[in-house]
Amino acid sequence: MLILTCPVCGVRAEETEFHGGGEAHLKRFGPGSSEEDFQEYLFMRENPRGVHFERWRHAYGCGKWFHAARCTTTLEVFGTYPAQTLEPPKDLRAKISKKRPGWTWRSLT
Amino acid sequence: MSSPVSALGGASFSEGIARIDEVALQGMITLRGDLSDPVVQKTLKPFGDGDLPAAGEARIEADRGLAWMSPDEMLVLCPYAAAAETVAALQEALGDAHALVVDVSDARASFVVSGPQARDVLAKLCPVDFSPAAFSLGMFRRTRMAQVPAAIWPRQDGALQLICFRSQARYVFDLLSVAAQAGSEVGMHVQG
Repeated sequence: MLILTCPVCGVRAEETEFHGGGEAHLKRFGPGSSEEDFQEYLFMRENPRGVHFERWRHAYGCGKWFHAARCTTTLEVFGTYPAQTLEPPKDLRAKISKKRPGWTWRSLT
Repeated sequence: MSSPVSALGGASFSEGIARIDEVALQGMITLRGDLSDPVVQKTLKPFGDGDLPAAGEARIEADRGLAWMSPDEMLVLCPYAAAAETVAALQEALGDAHALVVDVSDARASFVVSGPQARDVLAKLCPVDFSPAAFSLGMFRRTRMAQVPAAIWPRQDGALQLICFRSQARYVFDLLSVAAQAGSEVGMHVQG
């Protein structure tokens, strides 16, 4: 079971109070983009063993979206951060590097 | 003119380890807007006794007060009969501020769970730490109650009060009644 902390309202709760929203930090390619970009955006998702970044929504609480960094094998949550960011904050990435040296996720390390 | 009725007509359950009472007609007004806006804050302050609840908090006395729902939503509690005039007063006070005020009294139902084992009854249904130390007077928690959303706060009299959607009132009442059935003591947070 995941224990997540909503960065919006500060509530620390288990995952049934939240709803997963899939992979984080996707760049949308819509009308006018190349077929390769669109196909990549629409279908291609990371399915890592280890460090993963996801979107979550505090569905039963404040109702807001946020981001979470977690490990898919141990379910350890490294941290949560606001939805209004394009990439994980530096301090969180440093924290993950300490716990999982050499991790990679898409273009992030 | 028709007279308003609560969802379950004031249902109650008392043959178990805690007492459950439906709260008859509670006035509830949702204010959506930027809670950091000075105009919004000034408008809301009188309802919270001159003070605004921070995240996860409420300032509720009996049937009046404020509860923090989310960064852009505050719940205003008032007597049922005063809801319409309170909405008008809020809208007047907000003026041109970007905000939405809606009377949701009839869209919700409210219950009081009382008795020494009230916290245990709710703890069976919600993924929340209901120990008196972790959930004390002045706090307000929106969470999941079995399969539906609910918002819970401790009252001055030691009981816990919750609100849920009106359409789910029967489900919530049945849930609470089963969780409070006789012989189902847990003994985690027995009070008094």
